Amino acid sequence: MAVREAEPVGSLQEVKDAGLDREDLLGIYRNMLTARAVEERGHILYKQGKIPGSFYTGRGNEATSVGVASAMAPNDVGTPLQRDIGVHITRGLEPWRVISQYMGRSDGPTKGRDGNIHLGDSSLGTYAMVSHLPAMLPVAVGMALAFRIREEKRVAVAWCGEGASARGDAHEGMNFAGVRRLPVVFVIDNNQWAYSTPSYLEFAVEHLADRAAAYGFEGVVVDGTDVLAVYREAKWAIEKAREGGGPTLIESVTLRMEGHAVHDDAFYVPKEMFEEWAKRDPIERFRWWLRDNASLSDEEEDEITSSVKRTTNEAVERAEESPFPDPSTLLEGVFATPEELDTPHHK
Amino acid sequence: MPEKTYLQAISDGLRQEMRRDPRVFVLGEDVGVYGGAFKVTLGFQEEFGPWRVIDMPLSETAIVAGATGAALMGMRPVAEMQFADFVSCAWDHLVTVAAKQRYRAGTPIPIVLRLPSGGGFSGGPFHSQNPESSFAHIPGLKVVCPSTPEDAKGLLVSAIEDPNPVLFFEHKHLYRRIKGDVPDDRYTTPFGEARIHRAGEDVTVITWGAMVYTADAAAAKLEGDDVSVEIVDLRTLIPWDRETVLDSVRKCSKVLVLHEDTRTGGFGAEIAATIAEEVFEHLDAPVKRVAAPDCPVPFSPPLEKAFIPQVDDVAAALRELAAY
Repeated sequence: MAVREAEPVGSLQEVKDAGLDREDLLGIYRNMLTARAVEERGHILYKQGKIPGSFYTGRGNEATSVGVASAMAPNDVGTPLQRDIGVHITRGLEPWRVISQYMGRSDGPTKGRDGNIHLGDSSLGTYAMVSHLPAMLPVAVGMALAFRIREEKRVAVAWCGEGASARGDAHEGMNFAGVRRLPVVFVIDNNQWAYSTPSYLEFAVEHLADRAAAYGFEGVVVDGTDVLAVYREAKWAIEKAREGGGPTLIESVTLRMEGHAVHDDAFYVPKEMFEEWAKRDPIERFRWWLRDNASLSDEEEDEITSSVKRTTNEAVERAEESPFPDPSTLLEGVFATPEELDTPHHK
Repeated sequence: MPEKTYLQAISDGLRQEMRRDPRVFVLGEDVGVYGGAFKVTLGFQEEFGPWRVIDMPLSETAIVAGATGAALMGMRPVAEMQFADFVSCAWDHLVTVAAKQRYRAGTPIPIVLRLPSGGGFSGGPFHSQNPESSFAHIPGLKVVCPSTPEDAKGLLVSAIEDPNPVLFFEHKHLYRRIKGDVPDDRYTTPFGEARIHRAGEDVTVITWGAMVYTADAAAAKLEGDDVSVEIVDLRTLIPWDRETVLDSVRKCSKVLVLHEDTRTGGFGAEIAATIAEEVFEHLDAPVKRVAAPDCPVPFSPPLEKAFIPQVDDVAAALRELAAY
């Protein structure tokens, strides 16, 4: 089973065949812009000292995160990582809650117990990442196992970076998923740099998707700056998994356009590399595609841009009004109570 | 009431829960056709099928992480480590993911991890350990160490009902050696309630797991010395029953803390510190500890015997306390 290198998406007709109408396309564009806008605003807030700790961004990864999340069904689930804010936005997490989380406020999804993009909302099918990457990958496999045991037509999506793919968690999760043909899709955000370590020091295969063959399922390499190609491949893999066809490993190739976190100026990335990939910015690229193929007008573009700006402004205002958590709640929730299992995700 | 072995009691309790609740399933290495290394799940796959009794690849991470993911989707997994020692391979998933998930993300992880633990039959450094105190130190995990067949069943049912990750330490040396009355009906044994294994007046022993029986044999030896020994079986370490322990210390005024795990940083240290903080003025002697020495569990029988606290070691410590 050789790895397949996905073709770019061409005409509007091809996109319609993949199940997206024009409204969906504009929604994808809006989500990509929102993902970037929230992080750009976060970066400013960080510099202003309003965000404690560290701050991570996913600039350059918007096509992968939004493209994959757009291909998921409402009752599918996933474990997105620190470059995948686009997943949270696409699944419907409100930007003000993301910014509340950045700022350690009580309206963030973790109520200040965890920081930055370590968040999820089980009602939206997203589960909070941990720093030990990719520890949530085999957890997503366990979610898929539950669907298989109950014979539900639901799919779990497990994200992983190219750096984290070196850890045993990825191997154990993928191997077990392959053995049992579980309904899970593995997405490797290959942004070419694991903190300061380049890919050639992280793995020796040409494509990480080559590894899929070793686990007995298909691997696909896709251009991670082409949101429609990512969407098409994710949709195909997710629907295949839903119908009992087992896992797929999608390697989505992009460049991490900023440092590992904002304290890191990424001096180790060659300048030419940034220049080269800046020309393939996923948002710009999709904007031009929409203008050329879906007659995106100046008016529509302005409307989307200004509404994203408005949403982001309101998000910051609302997050700043959110109170800090009360220290008297420090010990609450170390252990769950039996009543908590009556929440929707346990039904 | 029928008499059962400790192992049968665990097996029966698990089977009963699986019959009652379709969310409960088992995953682990060789748990299916083979019935698990110790045969706790023998016959389960015939009854419940291959998707509720899942033979896993040799992947402790995938077992614990898989259980965690399934629990997030509403299942009640009971995962088996073939030996408690192998839980080190899944440390990250217990400590990093499962233990912290409720606190930081608000999503409970109701999983049970069954851990055949303990030494006494030349299992060597990797098939004999008692790693309970490592996990007792991690906020968010519950730690259970039954010593009797009745408690083993009742605590397992409580563990499955519990909305948190529970580490269920089954002492291998009790599996077939210890028999006792076990009700056939479903029942739960609450966490955080110690059991007075033997009532006494002069010295109290705080212990759990297989050491309950070592303490009992030592206490019998001290009857001839006219020393009356009380034995408190903690049953669960997290949560642990401070009140019963402190009451027993107030009554006897002399206390021995006993465990099969190694001494430094063992859970006994926490108990001793709590006694010193809370009931110092009731003590008529310094708190004494008997535990395994700080070394790996050795293989050869004379070495292992020197490592695991023996009846005579405990009796000697009790005599010292009584004479103090």
